[in-house]
Amino acid sequence: MAEALAKNAYTGGAHAPAKKATFDLFARPTAKTGLVSWLTTVDHKKIGMLYGGFAIFFFLVGGLEALLIRTQLMVPNNRFISAQLYNELFTMHGTTMIFLAVMPLNAAFFNLLVPIQVGARDVAFPRLNAFSLWVWVVGAILLNVGWLSHVSDSLKGFGGAPDVGWFGYAPLTSKVFTPDLSTDLWVLGLQVLGLSSIVASLNFIVTIINMRAPGLTMMRLPVFTWMALVTSFLLVLALPAIAIALVEVMMDRNFGTSFFEVSGGGQPILWQHLFWVFGHPEVYILILPPMGYVSEILPTFARKPLFGYPIIVFSGVAIGFIGFGVWSHHMFTTGLGNVATAAFALATMAIAVPTGVKIFNWIGTLWGGQIMTRVPMMFALGFIWMFMLGGFSGIMHSAAPADAQQQDSYFVIAHFHYVLIGGATFALLAAIHFWFPKFFGRMVPEFWGKVSFWLIFVGFNCTFFPMHFLGLNGMPRRTWTYDSNMGWNEANLFATLGAYLLGIGIFTYFAVLVWSLFKGKVAGNDPWDARTLEWSIPSPPPEHNFAAIPTVHARDAWWYEKHHQEEIAKEKAEHIKAEESHGGIHMPDQSWYPFISAIGLMIGAYNFAQLHSPVVLFGNQVFASHLPLALTGGVIMVGALYLWALEGPGGYHIHIGPDGKVTESRGDHH
Amino acid sequence: MSSHAATGHIDHHHDHTTSTGIPNKKLLWWAFLASDCMFFGALISTHMVYRLNPPPGNAVPTQVFNIELTSFSTFILLMSSLLMALAVNAIQRGNVKSTRTMLLGTMFFGCIFLGGQVYEFEHFVHAKNMTLSNSIFGSTFYTLTGTHGTHVAIGVLLLGMMYVRTFKPANGGGLFMNFAHLLAICVTFGVAFIWFVPGLIEVIYGLPIGDLFKRAAIPLAVGAAGLVSLFWLGRSRGAVEFGEKNAIDVEAIGLYWHFVDIVWIIIFTAVYLLEYL
Repeated sequence: MAEALAKNAYTGGAHAPAKKATFDLFARPTAKTGLVSWLTTVDHKKIGMLYGGFAIFFFLVGGLEALLIRTQLMVPNNRFISAQLYNELFTMHGTTMIFLAVMPLNAAFFNLLVPIQVGARDVAFPRLNAFSLWVWVVGAILLNVGWLSHVSDSLKGFGGAPDVGWFGYAPLTSKVFTPDLSTDLWVLGLQVLGLSSIVASLNFIVTIINMRAPGLTMMRLPVFTWMALVTSFLLVLALPAIAIALVEVMMDRNFGTSFFEVSGGGQPILWQHLFWVFGHPEVYILILPPMGYVSEILPTFARKPLFGYPIIVFSGVAIGFIGFGVWSHHMFTTGLGNVATAAFALATMAIAVPTGVKIFNWIGTLWGGQIMTRVPMMFALGFIWMFMLGGFSGIMHSAAPADAQQQDSYFVIAHFHYVLIGGATFALLAAIHFWFPKFFGRMVPEFWGKVSFWLIFVGFNCTFFPMHFLGLNGMPRRTWTYDSNMGWNEANLFATLGAYLLGIGIFTYFAVLVWSLFKGKVAGNDPWDARTLEWSIPSPPPEHNFAAIPTVHARDAWWYEKHHQEEIAKEKAEHIKAEESHGGIHMPDQSWYPFISAIGLMIGAYNFAQLHSPVVLFGNQVFASHLPLALTGGVIMVGALYLWALEGPGGYHIHIGPDGKVTESRGDHH
Repeated sequence: MSSHAATGHIDHHHDHTTSTGIPNKKLLWWAFLASDCMFFGALISTHMVYRLNPPPGNAVPTQVFNIELTSFSTFILLMSSLLMALAVNAIQRGNVKSTRTMLLGTMFFGCIFLGGQVYEFEHFVHAKNMTLSNSIFGSTFYTLTGTHGTHVAIGVLLLGMMYVRTFKPANGGGLFMNFAHLLAICVTFGVAFIWFVPGLIEVIYGLPIGDLFKRAAIPLAVGAAGLVSLFWLGRSRGAVEFGEKNAIDVEAIGLYWHFVDIVWIIIFTAVYLLEYL
């Protein structure tokens, strides 16, 4: 090995200045720490952390919005907040939790785990991955900028935060009913988030299909990675429907078309179809990755391999397929006709089957295992139970006549919070707890983790279980307040108190994480004695993930390695030697352009939303419309994308010495 | 790609560094095209839904369309796919000069198509009085065909970027030249499809040719200047860092280009031909 190092032209010593083989406008950033390193990073782990950090922030914001909503509903005839603010809160609570909390938290785990679980050093297109992140941030800003109008009178122009409901039914989004800028920003904000998700998903599709380590066949992929693949396909195929629907709303509002304007021959029901063609797959986009986390956590703490791996994978794919054929069950009360209603009811019942199969497989995994009730396991077990409750009320909805009674009532609220909190969020909390030691190198204390689990579990059920009864007693969703003689008083009070308890639980959970970040017990590489490849590398993982690309011999790759140490050590030494003879570990260079193009997109989209209004600065009109500013943003974006293409992927090499010391080299050979 | 340097021989159908043998870029484009199918699917569905439920006073498509012209531009767009395929073939054989010719040809045919669309839109609005807002048919027609036209225009821009890329000097530098070249491309082809081609179509329909030069004197002069600078910039300037190894990049744009053509076949059938049944 030393010989190979010495012979290698790329290692050690001073290099001849590299020939300028790329079109560089300015030097590429190389900072490994500090602000610049985060803004220009292409490292999937850093990008995952940023996704996670932003998503947790918005998760807390969305939670605060929910607490305000619950406080307003605590007692009848309450005047705690205005009806207008209430509309903004429930709209942004839904939008935030779906697009700015659960989806990016899943994206965070895709980033953190997928490349490591497939045995790669990064995603297929690292700069594109950074672009997805920053575009997502732009979308989040566009959606939330309207809150500023509550801060100062000079910012009233936004007309508040979006207030059309998270599914923005036409014709409420018509200029006639919501003339404010808030709806335009909602339209463009969602559009930008969709762009981010599509780009990120394309990247993960290629990464999972094309960058698997030797020996890692598709049927050896960890279930989480499988679910990431299915979710990515759902995203690229479902998001276009809402993108086009949003384009049509935008055209209606700003360019005089009549897609959803009844007076011009448009049909508002088309919005519902296009929205739910996206919206129902979206439900599975939210829940499939959580099913993946749970499928990783249960076998680890049951000390058994996952029961029925192929059928779990198949069920996930089947859910993805059938998920495209059930959208109209959100629209049973619109009068689709008997045949359509029956068809969608049957498809909805059918999709419960693969979901049920998964649950039985998880139970099969637990059966006869040596169950260790560590905190991630508690959340995972909570997931199975709570998600099942949400699933049962979901099957009730598939019966169209029953659904007609439940439509738009608190029963529906109860149902989807059971699947989205009891399901998706419980699994995400399990996942955060489970992988925290891997990416921060510290353990979260068991005791406080369990305290937060029980607070969350009890608080959650106190909040949402009574809502089933409220809904069946006729309480409509999105109601600002109610009279005291409706029979809803006690349940609402109980639900609100439960929400406070849930809030305390969530606060405890994250407070403990922050404490652990600084004071937690230092974790080893493999604190849970787990099964997948991420546990085979140091905590936190080094920039290049693997010193030697692993060869995968079994489904639980790391478990196999632990039991065949001699064979694996020999194999790894050979891999390191082979790689060093090819110039070392190749790593992609950082880049400014993903960040700059996202800034261009923000300038462009923000000004495009208010295209027809004049630009006023300090009381003077500067431009008659926002077109010049929108174009400026567009030019910055396209220019940055072009320079990005010209600079090329670049790259440098990492060399691992026999003593484990890591050195870097830059040359003109990539 | 680095993988090819070791073997010396480039296999254009297999990349041994990936698990499937499909190059990453190609897989990315295929996945994107799947996504793009859904974009057009949603737009075409919208058009079809409103076609079946026309409100009173809706535009009558057969009175608006100029089917001969659209058939002609459809034919041109399909032929551009042939040139695109030849461009890919040329670069796979390492023939940079032929690649350039074929890229320019594809862009030129794309511009004839776009010019036809510019003429069509102008004609529909001014002569047939069908606008975005005065009928639902106008709303769906302009949004759908406009989205497709935008795809073609982006395709022309990508091809232009690739064409300019073929001039990257082997010994570094050349960034300014690259920008100037791309600017010349944008100006020339922009003038071609916004003013020149629509103007020629009007000449065919009876506009005196002198009027064309009077009406669009400034843009046409700028376009001519762009064309001259294209010739000047397009002369050979020594060794270039572009060759057989870049075949996958050209092929990726080719995938997109063919896809946009196929989508047009569907739009032409569903939006235009269907009305004559």
